Amino acid sequence: MMTKKQKKTRNRILVVLSIFFVLIALEKMGALEELPVLAKFLIFLVPYIIIGYDVIKKAAINISHGQVFDENFLMMIATFGAFAIGEYPEALAVMLFYQIGELFQSYAVGKSRQSITEMMSIAPEIANVVGENGEVNEVDPYEVNIGDILLVRAGEKIPVDGVVVEGESFIDTAALTGESVPRRAGEGDDVISGCVNGEGILKIKAVKAYEDSTVSRILELVENASDKKSRMENFITRFARYYTPVVTVGAVLLAIVPPILGILALSDSIKRACIFLIVSCPCALVISVPLGFFGGIGASSKIGVLIKGSNFLEAASKIKTVVFDKTGTLTKGEFKVTDVVPCDEKDISKDELLEMAASGEAFSNHPIARSVFAAFIEASEKSDIDRSCISEADTKEASGRGIETVYIGKKLLLGNAKLMTENGVESFAEANNTSGTIVYVAYDGAYKGYVVISDVIKDEAKEAISLIKKVGANKTVMLTGDRKDVAEDVAKQIGIDEVIPQLLPADKVARVEKMLSSEDNDSKLAFVGDGINDAPVLMRADVGIAMGSLGSDAAIEAADIVIMDDDITKISSVIKIARKTIGIVKENIVFALSVKVIILILGALGLTTMWLAVFGDVGVAVIAILNSMRALKTTR
Amino acid sequence: MKKTFKCEVDCANCAAKMEEAVKKIEGVVNARVNFMTQKFVLEASDDVFDDVLSQAVKACKKVEPDCEIEI
Repeated sequence: MMTKKQKKTRNRILVVLSIFFVLIALEKMGALEELPVLAKFLIFLVPYIIIGYDVIKKAAINISHGQVFDENFLMMIATFGAFAIGEYPEALAVMLFYQIGELFQSYAVGKSRQSITEMMSIAPEIANVVGENGEVNEVDPYEVNIGDILLVRAGEKIPVDGVVVEGESFIDTAALTGESVPRRAGEGDDVISGCVNGEGILKIKAVKAYEDSTVSRILELVENASDKKSRMENFITRFARYYTPVVTVGAVLLAIVPPILGILALSDSIKRACIFLIVSCPCALVISVPLGFFGGIGASSKIGVLIKGSNFLEAASKIKTVVFDKTGTLTKGEFKVTDVVPCDEKDISKDELLEMAASGEAFSNHPIARSVFAAFIEASEKSDIDRSCISEADTKEASGRGIETVYIGKKLLLGNAKLMTENGVESFAEANNTSGTIVYVAYDGAYKGYVVISDVIKDEAKEAISLIKKVGANKTVMLTGDRKDVAEDVAKQIGIDEVIPQLLPADKVARVEKMLSSEDNDSKLAFVGDGINDAPVLMRADVGIAMGSLGSDAAIEAADIVIMDDDITKISSVIKIARKTIGIVKENIVFALSVKVIILILGALGLTTMWLAVFGDVGVAVIAILNSMRALKTTR
Repeated sequence: MKKTFKCEVDCANCAAKMEEAVKKIEGVVNARVNFMTQKFVLEASDDVFDDVLSQAVKACKKVEPDCEIEI
């Protein structure tokens, strides 16, 4: 789709282009030779004005504001120069092709801009608020208040973050996470704004206002991303500031000096100066470099990874060391019973021991207690423990030790070794199991066995590490608060190179700083965490990568890169996208600069024509833009 | 107060020029013209906002006659 302005320009180009061909044909046939110079001048001047009036107008306005060296000014001077030395067809051609190039540029830029923004069209347009009497009012999502009940029909976007109060459906989170499998959501489940309701009607209660909901935070983040400029973009901006004036001065010198020295005729030197001016516009770089970065950021958001700025994309391309926080990053952060060990199987079976432990833990909300309870439900296929055997009134939590309760009339102890020894449990011996947290069970004063609870390693952790190594990050490190043997066991399972165990959260920053100081400029360190208590480390690392877990505020705030669905295999994908983007940007810089330099040299020596100079300006810009658009394509 | 407006602007450089011009206006806390998203964000205190906004539009028109800000 062209904008109105683009259509108008296109029509002008078509008109002038046909006039131009007629004039060239007439000239080749010699029909124009008979005409007086003034008539010939006027014949070319009319189409020139049709095609170039806006350029001249803009140049004039800018000069009145004191902005001299812009491309409009350069084109004006170059074509005036061509007219002055009697190169009428060239003057018209330069302006005509300049406009064609400009139109194409603005079309291409608009197109890629659109495809990026469309991809991120996660913003909900409306919200249906259910009134007191059950009537439904359509309002702007901005007007939704916390606590409002909203109706979301199939195919509609969830307008604000909320919780389902009625209905059940599958929710498409693809726009936010890149995950194509829909998630089930029923009563009591949290739902995230920007996701699409797949089938049924859902009633949700708003828990956040629109401004604070996931969708508007993400949009703001992505829109601001292009403000954080990469080193390359800053370089181009600085470069453009000096390049144009320098070339312009060069052109002036080229026009004046050789005729004074008597080397060249004035008309010839002006022609060379015009070539200089045409080539001197740096737009190929000024447009294509930020576009490339924007495309790279767009490509990442397509796979559910948000990058907060081009500078971080640039840094990500140089990642050599990846440091992981263990819990919630390499592991699921959910505890699971991995082993049940009775001390004497003749005395008590595994199932009995688990039932006993689950009964004791039934009233606690501690994650470990929940996991023991869940393990029993799963193993026994019952829906609950036998509540007649135990009562909440008898249950006491011994802080830092475990639980004391009464089970079928006798005392039940669940907890760590300290709890056992303090209560003088008979025949208690500490287990030498290293794979996780241990809950000992003692009943009626006698030791019965123990239950092992471990954090579960993510299914994709091993694959993620090997992919990261494949893309060239040669060092992987795991930081954890776990005991050394537990940590080393996990590291070995997933292929991590180095483990730093038994760390307090505060130690993590110091450790990462130490690693940062020992690396050189061209290798960057990434820290991957879930953002829960490692925000300072996320900020300190060259590239902080956070698990977004769909809406964790701390993570989104502190990190430079956010993986929306916590899939760590995407780390290597991001590194790949970053490398590709940087590659494209470098190609463009080298290509555009070398073509320009070559044409400048040829122009100075009088070995080229204005036609080639026009290619050197708009042709190069168009090629560079097309190349930049490749950055938007993703390959996972 | 911070408000976002749709803004039609042709090139990255033009957007930067507009942004600079708006930032110079008295009463503007912050301003951003985003070429990629075609958005103009203006931040100014509530009591002078409308006044600042009309000045900002004028300033943009001055440096970039082609630009279009939807209010």
